[in-house]
Amino acid sequence: MFQVLVQKMFDHLDPVKLIFGRLTWEALPLHVPIVLGTMIAVMLGGLALVAVITYNRLWGYLWHEWFTSIDHKKIGIMYIVLGLVMLLRGFSDAIMMRAQQAMSFGANNGFLPPEHYDQVFTAHGVIMIFFVAMPLITGIMNFVIPLQIGARDVAFPFLNNFSFWMTAAGTVLVMLSLFVGEFARTGWLAYPPLSGIAASPDVGVDYYIWSLQIAGVGTLLSGINLLVTIIKMRAPGMSLMKMPMFVWTALCTNVLIVAAFPVLTAVLALLSLDRYVGTNFFTTTLGGNAMMYVNLIWIWGHPEVYILILPAFGIFSEVTSTFSRKRLFGYTSMVYATIVITVLAYLVWLHHFFTMGSGASVNSFFGITTMIISIPTGAKIFNWLFTMYRGRITFSVPMLWTIGFMVTFTIGGMTGVLLAVPPADFVLHNSLFLIAHFHNVIIGGVLFGLFAGINYWFPKAFGFKLDEFWGKCSFWFWITGFYFAFMPLYVLGLMGVTRRLSHFDDPSLQIWFEIAAFGAFLVLLGIVSMLIQFYVSFRRREQLRDVTGDPWDGRTLEWATSSPPPSYNFAFTPLVHEVDAWWQMKHAGYKRPTEGFIAIHMPKNTAAGIFLGGLSALFGFAMIWHMWALMIVSFVALLAVAIGHTFNYKRDFHIPADEVVRTEAARTTLLANHV
Amino acid sequence: MSTHTDLIPQEGHPDNHGHNHHDTGAGHSTLKGYMTGFILSVILTAIPFWIVMSGGLHTSGMTALVILAFAAVQIVVHMIYFLHMNSKSEGGWTLLALIFTIVLVVITLSGSIWVMYHLNHNMMPSMMEQQMQNMP
Repeated sequence: MFQVLVQKMFDHLDPVKLIFGRLTWEALPLHVPIVLGTMIAVMLGGLALVAVITYNRLWGYLWHEWFTSIDHKKIGIMYIVLGLVMLLRGFSDAIMMRAQQAMSFGANNGFLPPEHYDQVFTAHGVIMIFFVAMPLITGIMNFVIPLQIGARDVAFPFLNNFSFWMTAAGTVLVMLSLFVGEFARTGWLAYPPLSGIAASPDVGVDYYIWSLQIAGVGTLLSGINLLVTIIKMRAPGMSLMKMPMFVWTALCTNVLIVAAFPVLTAVLALLSLDRYVGTNFFTTTLGGNAMMYVNLIWIWGHPEVYILILPAFGIFSEVTSTFSRKRLFGYTSMVYATIVITVLAYLVWLHHFFTMGSGASVNSFFGITTMIISIPTGAKIFNWLFTMYRGRITFSVPMLWTIGFMVTFTIGGMTGVLLAVPPADFVLHNSLFLIAHFHNVIIGGVLFGLFAGINYWFPKAFGFKLDEFWGKCSFWFWITGFYFAFMPLYVLGLMGVTRRLSHFDDPSLQIWFEIAAFGAFLVLLGIVSMLIQFYVSFRRREQLRDVTGDPWDGRTLEWATSSPPPSYNFAFTPLVHEVDAWWQMKHAGYKRPTEGFIAIHMPKNTAAGIFLGGLSALFGFAMIWHMWALMIVSFVALLAVAIGHTFNYKRDFHIPADEVVRTEAARTTLLANHV
Repeated sequence: MSTHTDLIPQEGHPDNHGHNHHDTGAGHSTLKGYMTGFILSVILTAIPFWIVMSGGLHTSGMTALVILAFAAVQIVVHMIYFLHMNSKSEGGWTLLALIFTIVLVVITLSGSIWVMYHLNHNMMPSMMEQQMQNMP
């Protein structure tokens, strides 16, 4: 098999082939007006951005303060920015699909040709899961965990920066596929044999594989990093059962990441071997079995669902207890529910392919485990409700998202249990009912949770609150838009309409798709409101300023320090006595220390992460286009930089005591002037 | 509660300031430990090798099972002597992680075998034998 690779490489000894592989001018979308227009718009937008940054001389600032930073807070913010930017890309795919399906009836073929439509739905799924939900989740965990456990940074600060740049490198490849070549036309999980070399000989699936593999390295490393951080770096007194609920859910999520992502890596590696060197793991001949791919990818895929939702549950727990001004109801049961979900997440994967043909005993086993996993999830909903019961609830934006979640997610949970019944699944499999179900839990659960989290922790990150009015606009547009967009899909699914269709013949269905398109338009208004919210809040930042560091009268340690926190987070490590550590400190008459500061030992910024990320993107690009010369060069460079970085011994420095004294004195003055 | 009992200054390396744990850390490595592990590994590798070289047991399936058993024992040897794992290392976290890993690996392997066997049995009972014969 290795010979095949070598042979393939030396077939291309023709120097042009060796350098450019299969990349030709044909790969540019010069003949597809929609894509060409987008490309020109993106290029102009990019140029404008570069011009603005250059004009304001911000490159040095960005490089020193952000790109090379290994401060967990800044890396967290960069993850969130990446996720939000990709949300715009993923959403533009979504609205294109909604528009196409609303108009493509009978003689009208819509505006997207089928081969383009297939790329759009694949890109939408891949981007929304891997490059929106994952960066946002990782970003929030990165920002919040060290603050909530009273730590200075994560366990491996450089690794954190490296993980971010690997995720960014994967994102670059996905975005590049829009303009150079094409993306996969296989659906977001790229099932073979469709994703095999015979059915998809072009670069689309290779873009898919390499962007996920490179971003996957980042996800796995950040999972390890946060896991170690939570286990090893908690403030003294914070035993496991005194960790804030968000830290618990993050712990379980990172356990899931560390256990599940290697499976994805292995499956995609096997698929690449099939595509690059002619093995037959997932082909239909020579002993290959495409069903094994489906089986393996869902062993990763189902835990992935819980990787996304568990931190959202944690965010809702924090928000509910803060804005109800009560401690979380049933903390212990919440912890055990989370752990049970973590283990059960590995026992339900077959419910994604009941129809593949396993018998009644296999299907009923997985049907029953799926129904069981809804029990701890349901218990959590009751815990949040009981937390709110007789609380003094403030209907602030994070709380609105939380309540919106509870209603919406419960509906999604019920349709999920319905789909868990194998006979029902045989009717609804691959129908729009399924699409409605998983958007119901991912938008209503994960995304609402992330928005709640962004609104909740924004003042901690930037020192001013987000504007309430535009936040509420965003919430109401999103939630009504969601119901308009996805309730019709439940109806259509029950009527038997399958997913991924770009054209319909039955005109009686059109009205439902038009309603769904209207819903997508409302969601667009929700996203625009959110962008306006950021802009307006920035303009009004002096009025919205949070000088106390504790704008919501919070309960956990992140609110004990200033907003934004100093680079060292806490001048002194707090001692923890209770779950709601900061609440207990406030009520025990805590006084902020104003003297006795010492120098603080901190990790130093490094550019190795961004170089490794960039070289990985280059390596991926070379593999995608079979540019063997570039592949070898970039791989060697990758190794050289990685090894070179191990000789970098200047990895830490001390923040001098007088600088700590100055920073803390400034805060003392600020507090004195405003309280 | 006074301020000073609530706070302690942070010292030490930022990568490693878990004051809260008094871990025993990983077990200590000794030359004797490494040699024991090495010799055991050599023995556990040599026996399966010898079994295969000398023509194997009665059936190839039996041979495979015996080799797998030796491999499993060797994994344990590596974990104890090379990775210094015991029930107390890292405050029990190592053992917990190991148990979790074993549970997941067992679920994944046995689950996949069950699912795929059932599938083939239902969907292509004849293909199963044919494929085996056609294997290169």
